Amino acid sequence: MIRLPLVLFLSATLFSIGVYGVLARRNAVLVLMSIELMLNAVNINLVAFGAALHDLTGQVFALFVITVAAAEVGIGLAIVILIYRNRETINVDEVNLLKW
Amino acid sequence: MSWENSAITIATLLPLAGALVIALVPRQYDKGVRALGIVFTGAALAFAIAITFTFDYGASGLQFQLDTRWIPAIQARYHVGIDGISLPLYVLTFVLSFLCAIYTWRVVPNPGKTKAFLALMLLLETGMAGTFIAFDLILFFVFWELVLVPMYFLIGIWGSANREYAAIKFFLYTLLGSVFMLLGFLAMFFNSDIGGGVHTFDIVQLQQYAASGGFSHAFQLIVFAAVGLGFAVKVPMWPFHTWLPDAHTEAPTIGSVLLAGVMLKMGTYGFIRIALPILPYGAQKYAPWIGLLAAIAIVYAALACLAQKDLKRLIAFSSVGHMGFVMLGIATLTSIGINAAIFGMVAHGLITGMLFFCVGSLYDRYHTREIAEIGGGVMQKLPYLGGVFAFVAIASLGLPGLAGFWGEVMALLSSYSPAESLSAPLFRAFMIAGGIGTILTAGYFLWMLQRVNMGTTPEKWKTAVFADVAAIEWVSWVPLLLGIVALGLFPALLTDVTQEPVNALLGLFG
Amino acid sequence: MVAAESAESIVEAIQDPSWFLRYSWLIAFLPAVAAAFTFFVGKRTPGKGSVYGISALAAALVMSLGVLWTFVGGERGFYEASIPWFQIGQLHMEVGVYVDGLTAVMLVVVTSISLCVHIYSLGYMKGDVRYTWFYVVISLFTSAMLVVVLANNLFQLLVGWEVMGVCSYLLIGHWWEDPVNSGSAIKAFITTRVGDVPFMFGIFVLVFITGFTTSNIPKISEIVSSGGASVALVSAAALLLFGGSIGKSAQFPLHVWLPDAMAGPTPVSALIHAATMVAAGVYLVGRLFIVFLDADPIVLQIVAIVAGITMLGAALMAFTQDDIKRVLAYSTISQLAYMIAGMSMGPAGRTGAFFHLFTHAFFKALLFLGSGAVIHAVHSNNMSEMGGLRRRLPITFWTFLIGSLALSGVPPLAGFWSKDELLVVAEHEGHPVLFVVLLVTALLTAFYMTRAVLMTFYGEYRGHGEPHEAPRSMTGVLVALASVTVVAGFVGSPQLGAVFGDWVYFRELEEALFVPWVAVLSTLAALGGILIGYGLYRDYQARDPLRSLGGAYTLVANKFYIDDFYWKGIVRPIRDDVSSGVYWNDRHVIDGVVNGTAAFTKVLARGVNWFDEHVIDGAVNGLANIAGFTGGLLRYIQSGNVQRYAVFLFTGIVVLAVIFTKI
Repeated sequence: MIRLPLVLFLSATLFSIGVYGVLARRNAVLVLMSIELMLNAVNINLVAFGAALHDLTGQVFALFVITVAAAEVGIGLAIVILIYRNRETINVDEVNLLKW
Repeated sequence: MSWENSAITIATLLPLAGALVIALVPRQYDKGVRALGIVFTGAALAFAIAITFTFDYGASGLQFQLDTRWIPAIQARYHVGIDGISLPLYVLTFVLSFLCAIYTWRVVPNPGKTKAFLALMLLLETGMAGTFIAFDLILFFVFWELVLVPMYFLIGIWGSANREYAAIKFFLYTLLGSVFMLLGFLAMFFNSDIGGGVHTFDIVQLQQYAASGGFSHAFQLIVFAAVGLGFAVKVPMWPFHTWLPDAHTEAPTIGSVLLAGVMLKMGTYGFIRIALPILPYGAQKYAPWIGLLAAIAIVYAALACLAQKDLKRLIAFSSVGHMGFVMLGIATLTSIGINAAIFGMVAHGLITGMLFFCVGSLYDRYHTREIAEIGGGVMQKLPYLGGVFAFVAIASLGLPGLAGFWGEVMALLSSYSPAESLSAPLFRAFMIAGGIGTILTAGYFLWMLQRVNMGTTPEKWKTAVFADVAAIEWVSWVPLLLGIVALGLFPALLTDVTQEPVNALLGLFG
Repeated sequence: MVAAESAESIVEAIQDPSWFLRYSWLIAFLPAVAAAFTFFVGKRTPGKGSVYGISALAAALVMSLGVLWTFVGGERGFYEASIPWFQIGQLHMEVGVYVDGLTAVMLVVVTSISLCVHIYSLGYMKGDVRYTWFYVVISLFTSAMLVVVLANNLFQLLVGWEVMGVCSYLLIGHWWEDPVNSGSAIKAFITTRVGDVPFMFGIFVLVFITGFTTSNIPKISEIVSSGGASVALVSAAALLLFGGSIGKSAQFPLHVWLPDAMAGPTPVSALIHAATMVAAGVYLVGRLFIVFLDADPIVLQIVAIVAGITMLGAALMAFTQDDIKRVLAYSTISQLAYMIAGMSMGPAGRTGAFFHLFTHAFFKALLFLGSGAVIHAVHSNNMSEMGGLRRRLPITFWTFLIGSLALSGVPPLAGFWSKDELLVVAEHEGHPVLFVVLLVTALLTAFYMTRAVLMTFYGEYRGHGEPHEAPRSMTGVLVALASVTVVAGFVGSPQLGAVFGDWVYFRELEEALFVPWVAVLSTLAALGGILIGYGLYRDYQARDPLRSLGGAYTLVANKFYIDDFYWKGIVRPIRDDVSSGVYWNDRHVIDGVVNGTAAFTKVLARGVNWFDEHVIDGAVNGLANIAGFTGGLLRYIQSGNVQRYAVFLFTGIVVLAVIFTKI
């Protein structure tokens, strides 16, 4: 058995990288990829706790997350493509029509 | 609802109904509207005459009483009634209004708008008549204020050059007085107690409460001043009179007739009906001051008349002087004095109303009210109009045998020996001032007649074609002329009516 | 005649009054009815309405004679009847008649002279622009005077008194096209009103004495004579009443209206300003004589002084008049003063005064109507434009002469007897000053009348045109009056029993006295005046010899500047300056307060409005501004950058997480 703290550390690290990516990257696709990373980090967390607590709830919930992630990426990429088609760019800084 | 109960209410509200009906008639039926005006005022007058025939002249209490719920929340009741003091003024209101409606058949002043004109006049009539029959302070106040609005519009729309100023001045000045009057009324209400701490606005009950010593002396002094101020502005007493010349001068003819003929009497009536009986101690203390102001008014107004160049303004000031005699009579707090005051009120209504009719007719023809402009010779050009004008002017200066004399001379007589609580020498001084006033009054009227009526027609009017008195004018004037002579020769017509109630009123003074 | 102790006090009600007495009220009523008829239908009646007045007055005269006959027949007491009129307070007013010998005499005088004037005016006023109206007013006037004479109470008397005043005003100003006439009318009315105000106050005092219950004259006399009122009060009443007499009878200082009243038609001057209305003042004193008698003696002294001044002053002023009517006007003032002087001498003087009133009425009316005939012929009032008329207007001349001689007091004409009586009373009752004044005035009277007669009827005619005698309606009247003047005096002459004193007396009958030396003296005075006049004026051509008196003449000719003083010193300042001052005060001071209040309120309102706009509304707007400002700041959050939003989101979650794990 791998020690729980190490797994959690991995999960946290991945989550943080994901957060960094969501907040700081300009490329919309990269933002989506970072969101995926965050979601997967959460999955690792869930499975790790499921194994450590001998509870299947963790794995079940991780399946939910995977599903949601997949759906979300599909829509997200569709939106990104539409943005590209309309704006010639997928730089999130340049999509700011709601700016004051 | 018997005749007894409802007669005066119907008579009073008929003109109001007439106003509503007139408002609904389409604009193009101009003559029809004027006819309606005559019909409604005539109907109201018929009621009033019927009331005089069914009136019991020996009694001293209220007749035709109606006392029902009205506004329970503030304990204001609809209490109306009529006695010998109200009756002459009540009838005078309807008579003058009827004659004004007839006069209107012939001419409605600029800018026309017959419907509005007559509707306002009828509304005014209701307000004036109601004041004389109201026996609840709130009801009295409602009718009192009711006359302000139509008169404001009558002056403000159908008046002459300076009408807006005159209308606003009239309205605000009178309203100012009314505010104090209302405060006085409320004070009386809250201080009254008809058993078990219950307050009342009812005038009769307040009189009884006052007679039993319910109002303290200090209270009476303050409240009399408040209420008296309100009435004083209306009379108008000197020095609160300055709204009158402007209002009269700028008002259209029937506005002036009704204003002088009836509305001024509301003030003096207020003194007799409310201020004196409910606040007798206040009345006694203020009587010398009222007498003083009255004496000043008589002389002051006569002097001001001498300086007038505008006919209507001259007659307006003469009204101030005549009201001075009335107030002097009231101030003596004697039976002769108050009877004289009421007589003077009715006489003044007839005579000065008639004077304003004459001047209005003169204005119709000459289109000027300036004495210098007319320049004389009216008797040459318009013999009948000149003759009537001279007759009424002579009546107004108090010729015995005509109505004006008895009010004046009896007021002066009562000043010789006022009520016991008052200083006789002081009132005799007022009497002397009144006597001087009669000399000055004769002076200005005769001088005015000389400048307007007599002499030869000036060049500029020689070719003008003026119609002498028209048939309609005769119809609206003859009753007044007859009344002036009748009251002069048969004063009993009025004194018999007022004698008993005045004695009853003075009985409250113990 | 002088007061003697006659045993009978004869003031008692007449038992079984005659028809004439019971219907005596008709005497006053008929002319009023005539006036009404003339007013309403006069223009359409043939003769333009004069018939009503004439017939009414003829009837009234007949009835008056009937009333007088009662007293001629020896009746002594009085007749009183009244009906209630109205009641005010505790005062009972009545309408009634009180008829005694005095009343009867006055009735005859008024109705006869009024009838004469009504007839005379047929000719004189013919073609006048207001012929019918003239008749209306003189009939109404006559009715009013009769009301005064018949009145049994003071208020009724006052009503008649004032109506007379208005009729006088209307008649003086009859030709009102000319402002001089209307001005004279106003002057007359106002001047008499100045006297009427104290008169009214005097009535008040007398009514007060009765406890404000009545103004009945016999009752008041009763209370006064039985001592029911203090001397002070009675004296005050007497003086105040006398004020009315001064006004109505044109005594000093209210005499100024009468000469100017001559602006009216001459018949008016004869009726009103010679025989009747002006006599009302004398009548008033005589009727309420008890008030004067029981007052403080100084009251009668004041009366005498006023009479004396008036008598002499007016006589003097009569010298300087060119207008023949004005001579007669001043003469009237002077003769009225005679009567008032008589009143001041007690009961005997009262009888003498009324006797003089009686005779004076006839010859003064005669003189006025005669002057009217002259004026009618010459078309001018001025004696300087007359002269030599005695041949052209013979009837006028002779009647006028008779009148002048009567006025001058030449026996045996009427005026002699009445003047003599007054002189005798003055002598007998111990009024030396008054005696002298009366005598001197008699002389002056004779003088100025002679002057008038000479200037008018003698010498050469100085005017234009062809003067001719007046029509018969006028000359007939003149002759009638002249005849009366000749005989009227005999009713009072002691030689013939002095029956006048049996009709007019105060409480007790007087005994007739004839004092020869007084009669001689008065005749001498008259003749003396005539001689002086004759001497000065028989050669009159153009220049009045009196002018050589220089300054004195100017003073008198300007009426002692009294009129000027009244006009410039009193009337004009009041009418123009004081009144303007009062009105200025009204407009700028009193109304200034009102308008100032309005202006102040407007300023206050502007201030309040500023406060409302900038402070209160400022707060409201300020709040809005804050909201906007804050919004302006907050909007910077909206960067449009999704990632930025995510940052906020994430930070918020972290903060919440920390908070919730800490808690």
